[in-house]
Amino acid sequence: MKKYDAIVIGAGHNGLTNAAYLAKAGLDVLVLEKNPYIGGATVSRSLYEGWTYSNCSYVCSLFRPEIYRDLELARYGLQIIPYEGGITFMKNGDYFGNYADDERHHREIARHSKRDANAYHRYTADVSRQTRLIRPFMMRTPPDPTSFKPRDVMELIYIIKTYWDLGEEILYDTIRFWTMSVGDFLDEYFESSIIKAHLAGAGIIGTALGVYSPGTAYVLLHHYMGDVDGTIGAWGFARGGMGSIAKALADAFQSFGGEIKVDAGVDKILVSNGRVKGVVLENGDEYHANTVVSNLDPKRTFLKIMEEKDLPADVVKKAKNFKIRGSSGKLNISLDGMPSFYAIPKDHELLKADFHFIDSMERMERAYDDWKNGTWSKDPYLDTLIPTQVDPTMAPPGKHMMTIFVQYCPPKVEGKDWTDEQRDAFGKTVIDQISEYSPDFKDLILHAEIRTPREMENEVGLTEGNIFHGELTMDQLLFNRPFPGYAQYRGPVKGMYMSGSGTHPGGGVMGAPGANSAKEILRDLRRKNTVPEAFSDE
Amino acid sequence: MSKQYDVIIIGAGHNGLVCATYLAKTGRSVLMVEANKQVGGAAITREFSPGYSVSACAHLLHLFHPQIVSDLSLTNHGLKLAATDLHTIALAADGDHLTLTRNSVNGNGLSASDRTAYSEFQNKLRRFARIMQKTFMVRPPRLVHKNMTDLMNLAKLGLSVRMLGRDDMRELLRIGAINIFDVLQEDFQSELLKGVMGFDAVLGSNLGPRSPNTILTYLYRLTGQLHSNGSAISVPSGGMGAVTSSLRAAAEAAGVEIRTDMPVKQVLLDVDTVTGIETNSGEQINSAIVVSNADPKTTFLKLVGARNIETGFVRRIDNIRMQGKAAKLHLALDGKPKFKGVDENQLGHRIVIAPSLTYVERAFDHSKYGEYSNHPAMEISIPTIHDDSLAPTGKHVLSAIIQYAPYDLRAGWESQRESFKQLIVDKLAEYAPGIKDQISASELMVPPDIEKEFNIHGGHWHHGEYTLDQFMMLRPVPGAAQYATPVNGLYLCGAGSHPGGGVMGLAGRNASIEILLREKVA
Repeated sequence: MKKYDAIVIGAGHNGLTNAAYLAKAGLDVLVLEKNPYIGGATVSRSLYEGWTYSNCSYVCSLFRPEIYRDLELARYGLQIIPYEGGITFMKNGDYFGNYADDERHHREIARHSKRDANAYHRYTADVSRQTRLIRPFMMRTPPDPTSFKPRDVMELIYIIKTYWDLGEEILYDTIRFWTMSVGDFLDEYFESSIIKAHLAGAGIIGTALGVYSPGTAYVLLHHYMGDVDGTIGAWGFARGGMGSIAKALADAFQSFGGEIKVDAGVDKILVSNGRVKGVVLENGDEYHANTVVSNLDPKRTFLKIMEEKDLPADVVKKAKNFKIRGSSGKLNISLDGMPSFYAIPKDHELLKADFHFIDSMERMERAYDDWKNGTWSKDPYLDTLIPTQVDPTMAPPGKHMMTIFVQYCPPKVEGKDWTDEQRDAFGKTVIDQISEYSPDFKDLILHAEIRTPREMENEVGLTEGNIFHGELTMDQLLFNRPFPGYAQYRGPVKGMYMSGSGTHPGGGVMGAPGANSAKEILRDLRRKNTVPEAFSDE
Repeated sequence: MSKQYDVIIIGAGHNGLVCATYLAKTGRSVLMVEANKQVGGAAITREFSPGYSVSACAHLLHLFHPQIVSDLSLTNHGLKLAATDLHTIALAADGDHLTLTRNSVNGNGLSASDRTAYSEFQNKLRRFARIMQKTFMVRPPRLVHKNMTDLMNLAKLGLSVRMLGRDDMRELLRIGAINIFDVLQEDFQSELLKGVMGFDAVLGSNLGPRSPNTILTYLYRLTGQLHSNGSAISVPSGGMGAVTSSLRAAAEAAGVEIRTDMPVKQVLLDVDTVTGIETNSGEQINSAIVVSNADPKTTFLKLVGARNIETGFVRRIDNIRMQGKAAKLHLALDGKPKFKGVDENQLGHRIVIAPSLTYVERAFDHSKYGEYSNHPAMEISIPTIHDDSLAPTGKHVLSAIIQYAPYDLRAGWESQRESFKQLIVDKLAEYAPGIKDQISASELMVPPDIEKEFNIHGGHWHHGEYTLDQFMMLRPVPGAAQYATPVNGLYLCGAGSHPGGGVMGLAGRNASIEILLREKVA
């Protein structure tokens, strides 16, 4: 049997990124994927004839430009189409439009509150500063603060110095920003509840926290720290759906000689004498390698495909306690035409981007309370997009594809597994909310795919349906991600590594965990590093 | 123009009294002015019904620092504890209960693993709390600012974290910023035990057990167990007012002049420098140093005036979160209440109604939307078990802190106070059947009442929410975290400053040290 240099388990975008950099360094790499298609949650699927869905992740911004350029993904057909606009519909029939043009945006805020229009400049300046501060850390391995190794100490000094150099006032603001709730943060700037509701969404997406839970200001940052073609904070569609990202990564990987096997679910990582030997598949096939990388989330990695006897007791305990509660659902809908909305003219430019139907932070907080009580939000926060307005490849001419991200949706309903009836009721809750604002939306629906955390877990393998492979709270960020002492991508067994979103810097279609992990592996193997350094924003 | 003082202190709360006494002991002439008729601020004993007295706001002593007790010889000035080292009795709805001490927990049906987990958890968190406690004794270091004392204090803090050892340090860095709910799920099974521990983390705050920062508040509470040398939770003889009376006696012995019933209208300024105060009656008193024991919002927005301070600083003050969420219930009882399953000799301990984390969290949820909960959580003390000076012979007083009662109740407190009181009494009666027939008088204080009676903006006991963004060098705001303020000669010494609220006294002590350091000329 052939022995590989490295095996990567899971062909999600991070696994593929990781594999591509290992292969680029000359290693003989095998990627194993349980599904018949690659991409994990970065996937385009056709579930209704003629339509393509980005049926899990749905928009792109966080993907690291270093990787995009270094692996020449454009050559492999990856194209990100930036979108502009956004709208939040209000219960009273009005709306708030998010215009790209500064002047217009200012006027639109002033329409709701003059004071807020002025505060907005201060707000964007403060958030942009935080964004610029955090970006350089995406492509770096977090230091272990308890370690005395020169590398860790130097990295820690680098971090402290970066923040120290901000000056006293800004450093204080930074500490406050990291520890505050997005609700309290926005309350410090704005008075109008619609402005706050419009901005607060990014603080809760994918998170099992409410807008008033401290720590959510960081989650806001997590959604602002990306860029599209150098425009920081911008978001875009991957042409052809999110699967195009996985496809381009796979093509790059294969161009370096890498090999991908689909329909190859891993049953166990083989360990003997304290080091990995390879993997055994669910069908019994074995593949051997001295380096095995798990792109699965930490729970699946340590509790499913590794044996307790092969692991230190503390790792098993940490994996069991790892917080990975799913909090989001998803609807993908085939539409017979573009829906119209009461509040604005048909085909209004604001509809080219994300639209929302929740006009106060109190409604958002109540949506969170439903989740806490073990049920889906009865008045959920929706992040809705119709990418086919700018990407004609995903639906027949004149028809549209709509993607709806739903916050909050629990992994279990009142402690019990989801039933199909409950799933449909969940879908109806979402569709009903949109119908309040759109007269023809319901009639245009040709097909709807409803995904609760159960579907995400079963299909993609996201434990409890958590889109980030683990919650983004302080106990699971930076040197704590996934667990303290294991944040440098190395597993507890020799030759075993992690590359998924459960590692620093976390979830979102970013590619950074995969790339950082490859850097550490190549370092251990004493190979030349192929992973690019972080760009400077300057 | 009247007599000139070295220092004027606005507000005779416990921190103000502590600060005044330390300053007067160095020979400075100190005047204290207090708006109310008695000293003590929120640490007072007052009669709420003829013959019945109670600690009107804070009612159990658990953070008061022994250093202050000895420095100011408070025992000689009349401080006496009626009971020390109280247990916590956590009541379950079915009549069962748990008894918690510093290191152990006991009760029916409690698993061995929960018992072990409890003492391990308490020990571990006390190790973390010890680090916090060390920082309480010094002014919060300013960051970046190149000051040797600050850099040393920061280095000491870093070192003490390192000295924890690898595993503890990792654990502290993991859980330090998160919520008690998730952490308790890791180690404990009993809902009742988790409920009472979660309650301890949120008592007096505007947080629920699921809110991040509640490990911080729990550690804060634990510091009390460290510096009170075993007397963790105590009942002062004569109520909380006796603590401040002993402080008053110590202050006067040191030469502090105290004038009560004298509300201050404004702090007088010459551009950016303090010149004295003006009272409501129009009297102007000069002093180059004015120390405010009032909360930061009252100090800067009311007494100094926003127009006299730089805008950015005013904005920070404006943004301090300090809306009270705790109410206080006082009952005059004809006899000892009977709590289901609790025997008489346990009555004097601290009794908590918080049967599960979900119970507390749901009570919190209502308060987020300006409602009170139909199922409030509460901490109950019956001081008359230990101290018969508070009620006629054979009669009793029950004092309870109720979580959560929002400051800005949407329906308005005027119309709702009675029904909320009724609801709380009903809830009490579920655990103590028959208590209703024993009640001869009652009083409920909701946050606006606390605001009015004690002159605390928002009625927040701690003069500001205790969270990481309002902690140490961020407390109350950057620019005023070292007790000195942007106004020359104006200092803060209240619970809004580091290390914060609870009847602890360290804010007043630390402020006095800072004042002596900065104002070298007597």
